[in-house]
Amino acid sequence: MEVVLNGERRRIRDGISVAQLLAELGLNQRRLAVEINREVLPREAFPERRLAPGDVVEIVHFIGGG
Amino acid sequence: MEDLFELAGKKYRSRLIIGTGKYKDFAETRRAIDASGAEIVTVAVRRVNITHPGKDNLLDYLDLNRVTILPNTAGCHTAGEAIRTARLAREAGIGNLVKLEVIGDDRTLFPDVPATLEAASILVKEGFTVLPYINDDPVAAKKLEEIGCAAVMPLAAPIGSGLGIRNPYNLRIILEQAKVPVIVDAGVGTASDAAIAMELGCDAVLMNTAIAGARNPIEMAHAMRLAVEAGRRAYLAGRIPRKLYATASSPLEGLIG
Repeated sequence: MEVVLNGERRRIRDGISVAQLLAELGLNQRRLAVEINREVLPREAFPERRLAPGDVVEIVHFIGGG
Repeated sequence: MEDLFELAGKKYRSRLIIGTGKYKDFAETRRAIDASGAEIVTVAVRRVNITHPGKDNLLDYLDLNRVTILPNTAGCHTAGEAIRTARLAREAGIGNLVKLEVIGDDRTLFPDVPATLEAASILVKEGFTVLPYINDDPVAAKKLEEIGCAAVMPLAAPIGSGLGIRNPYNLRIILEQAKVPVIVDAGVGTASDAAIAMELGCDAVLMNTAIAGARNPIEMAHAMRLAVEAGRRAYLAGRIPRKLYATASSPLEGLIG
């Protein structure tokens, strides 16, 4: 299925959970936050929440800033 | 003399807040924080690079037991974007603080005041500790305080301009009326600017470019630490009034004949 991940169209496995996606991207150890279709997803929901085709996903973290 | 800076119920020894942007690398960022003595540092919220996540992460270089992380909403141009960014920052699990920044003009980076007020009001209701970046505008400062912001952060000059304290009189009016901490945010260029802000009675100073952009950022971080301390102490000590004519420092009695 296709989703929009950080602004880019991307094919991912059908029914993959957010936690699995983060693991596959090598991001599961990071302090980050996830938004799906403009709603922030609580960390506790990462394992259960499955992505659906067309979901718009934002994965953000902290970088240097003023 | 114990003189602590209290912000949202937490006490800090340092009155210097620094940004973590524009450094050469994370190691230099860390050394600058150490040299500055800052106990609050700002960070930005941005997309993870999905294709090349990289090994290093800014937070790995910060001692989270020693420094409080203050995420910003820099780069947001609407209340909605700023609110989404703040919510994401909170969910990343480093607390409720947010430096609220809603930009109204890209050339000056001056804030969009109505959008800042709108975002502040929603974020305060959602339980955030909101620290808004604003113009040196006493009316906006008052309104943000009434909304429930934990501090007000007027600019001294445009972000990254290094022009220094351009309108000390407006800052004085903001200081006179404010019941929450007043933090000068943006515009400081060198140590004397930070000292002037503190001598005016500001509770703290926030800066990034003045340190990160200096030829030697670590030395400048140290200079800023000293300047903020010096300015604060001078403020507490109470300066002498300015007079047009001289007053002799040595007694006039006992002069030789």
